[in-house]
Amino acid sequence: MSFWVILKIAFRALNRNKIRSVLTMLGVIIGVAAVIAMVSLGAGAQRQVQEEIAAMGTNTLQVWSGSMRSFGTRGGMGSMNTLTAEDFQAIQMECPTVKLVSPSASTMAQVVFGNQNWSSRIEGYNEQLPDLRNWKIVKGSFFDATQVKAAARVAVLGQTVANELFGGSDPIGQTIRVKNLSFQVIGVLDKKGYNAFGRDQDDVIMTPYTTVQKKFQGGVLYVQSGVVGAVSARATYAAQEQITELLRQRHKLAPGQDNDFMVRNLSEVAETADATNRIMAGLLASIAAVSLLVGGIGIMNIMLVAVSERTREIGIRMAIGARPSHVRVQFLSESIVLCTMGGILGLALGVGAAIGISEAMEWPTLVSANAVFISIAFSAAIGIFFGYYPAHKAAALDPIEALRYE
Amino acid sequence: MAETMLKTEAPLSASPHLEAPSPDVVIQLRDISKTYDTGEVRVEALKGVSLEILRGQFVAIMGSSGSGKSTMLNTLGCLDHPTSGTYLLDGVDVSTFSAAQRADIRNKKIGFIFQSFNLLPRTSVWENIEAPMLYAGVSKAERARRIEAVLKVVGMPEKAKSLPSQLSGGQQQRVAVARALVNEPAILLADEPTGNLDSATSGEIMNFLQNLNREKGITLAMVTHEHDIAAYASRVIHMKDGRIVSEDLNHHPAAG
Repeated sequence: MSFWVILKIAFRALNRNKIRSVLTMLGVIIGVAAVIAMVSLGAGAQRQVQEEIAAMGTNTLQVWSGSMRSFGTRGGMGSMNTLTAEDFQAIQMECPTVKLVSPSASTMAQVVFGNQNWSSRIEGYNEQLPDLRNWKIVKGSFFDATQVKAAARVAVLGQTVANELFGGSDPIGQTIRVKNLSFQVIGVLDKKGYNAFGRDQDDVIMTPYTTVQKKFQGGVLYVQSGVVGAVSARATYAAQEQITELLRQRHKLAPGQDNDFMVRNLSEVAETADATNRIMAGLLASIAAVSLLVGGIGIMNIMLVAVSERTREIGIRMAIGARPSHVRVQFLSESIVLCTMGGILGLALGVGAAIGISEAMEWPTLVSANAVFISIAFSAAIGIFFGYYPAHKAAALDPIEALRYE
Repeated sequence: MAETMLKTEAPLSASPHLEAPSPDVVIQLRDISKTYDTGEVRVEALKGVSLEILRGQFVAIMGSSGSGKSTMLNTLGCLDHPTSGTYLLDGVDVSTFSAAQRADIRNKKIGFIFQSFNLLPRTSVWENIEAPMLYAGVSKAERARRIEAVLKVVGMPEKAKSLPSQLSGGQQQRVAVARALVNEPAILLADEPTGNLDSATSGEIMNFLQNLNREKGITLAMVTHEHDIAAYASRVIHMKDGRIVSEDLNHHPAAG
């Protein structure tokens, strides 16, 4: 019996009971869709992390004050107030692997323009920030060294803030009120999008760090953190050492005493995030794979029921000349066809879901050819594996008993 | 349906000393026994049966339940294999064939007609008749040719696309006959072919089978418990307790 005839018989049999066939496929469809969607989200997140590192400049480091800082907390809970702007000046001058620095001080505030208001992060930096973070200005300009020195009340808006407060109109030259102080808008930042941790990077207002210190932090002279740009990506590890050594010296730390600061190599951070993402993705994919397995078990159960219900039919086929191998191949091919079709439909559904989620939540997705191939191959394999036992049972029927079956 | 039957007590196997059957012998059973041994119970369904059926004969096998006639049919049809003895079908010894080999024999040498028609459900007449040829590996063009030919023989060319549920009992049985004929078997085996039909349709079907036998020379063996139906055959074999106990030759088979 040729391959095509086998396929034809299988399709005809499945077509005879369309509803049952669709319901049987459902498990596989959902399983594959889940796997594809999860894996795509995971891959997309991974790629975005990598892109962000590249965008941020793989040669960036962050220096935080305080030693016991949990990852991700920002905004001034340094247990020690020993980090200063002068520290950063020294780092720039005395560490040969360091090219750019900016101290940073930030706070959250209500920002008002006319009858629009918006709650946003106010991040204070110096004039080197755009180079440090590879972040261009699309309108107006960033603040300069003079304005930093003068703690001028100037603001550079992220795209989200600009849209919220000004809609489509030009914010340059306008006055906004930040915590009831008036600031002049001098620039708008380029769009950056959401970062790997789900935060809107465009929801920010930048101003000189000196302004933040003076106007929002009560005139303190210390900073919570700062950004450092090494001369190259490879130099970051050397830079990390040099900065540590310099700060220990400046802060007069005795040998054996803990650092009262932390130097974080952003590549290191990115790698951790990458690893975390990978674990998450793996976890999600495993769960989805389990659902695929459950789908397979469902297939086996339904096929067993089908064999039982079609006992008479199997008897008739045997009477007119079907060998046990013919019967086995028929049911096996029905199972494989069901699962493979389920896999293809699940693939379409999964890709659709991934794209949908991607559009709705602005999370990145990446549908790889690998994932496509593996899920289709896997569904066919499930068809073979879980279809085998029912097919075997069908082939083992005694024709005489089968013909008697009611 | 008048019947004139000559009752004889003639020996039942035509030529017990025949070693190699002539081409005219379609079926030769030699001392066939079938025993079902389930461990607790031992049933001897057939006890040393010998029988010859010649090409072109129309044989009826009669007996009450437990006589072994069903087992006889299953053995003749290669649905089951004998415990001992030899079965030569169209010159080939099928007694010790494997399940796969028996399936091939059923496919190519035997056509079944059942009491409950046993058409593939929700499958068109065309696809029902086509089915045995798919297992035989017949080409698509040849399949179409044979289906059309056989539909003409059973007088239902316009019903090719109908489903069994849309056909009457008589029509379904005729489709079953068509399916049985399509691989040009050596013998048609019928198990109570009119059991599910009313008397008028029964008569039609039996006439039809008789015509097949007479005009096309198709060999037929039929199991029945009804004398009226057995009367259509030219040879009636009586079974009791797993043995053939008598045989009648019917020189004036029923008509009507």
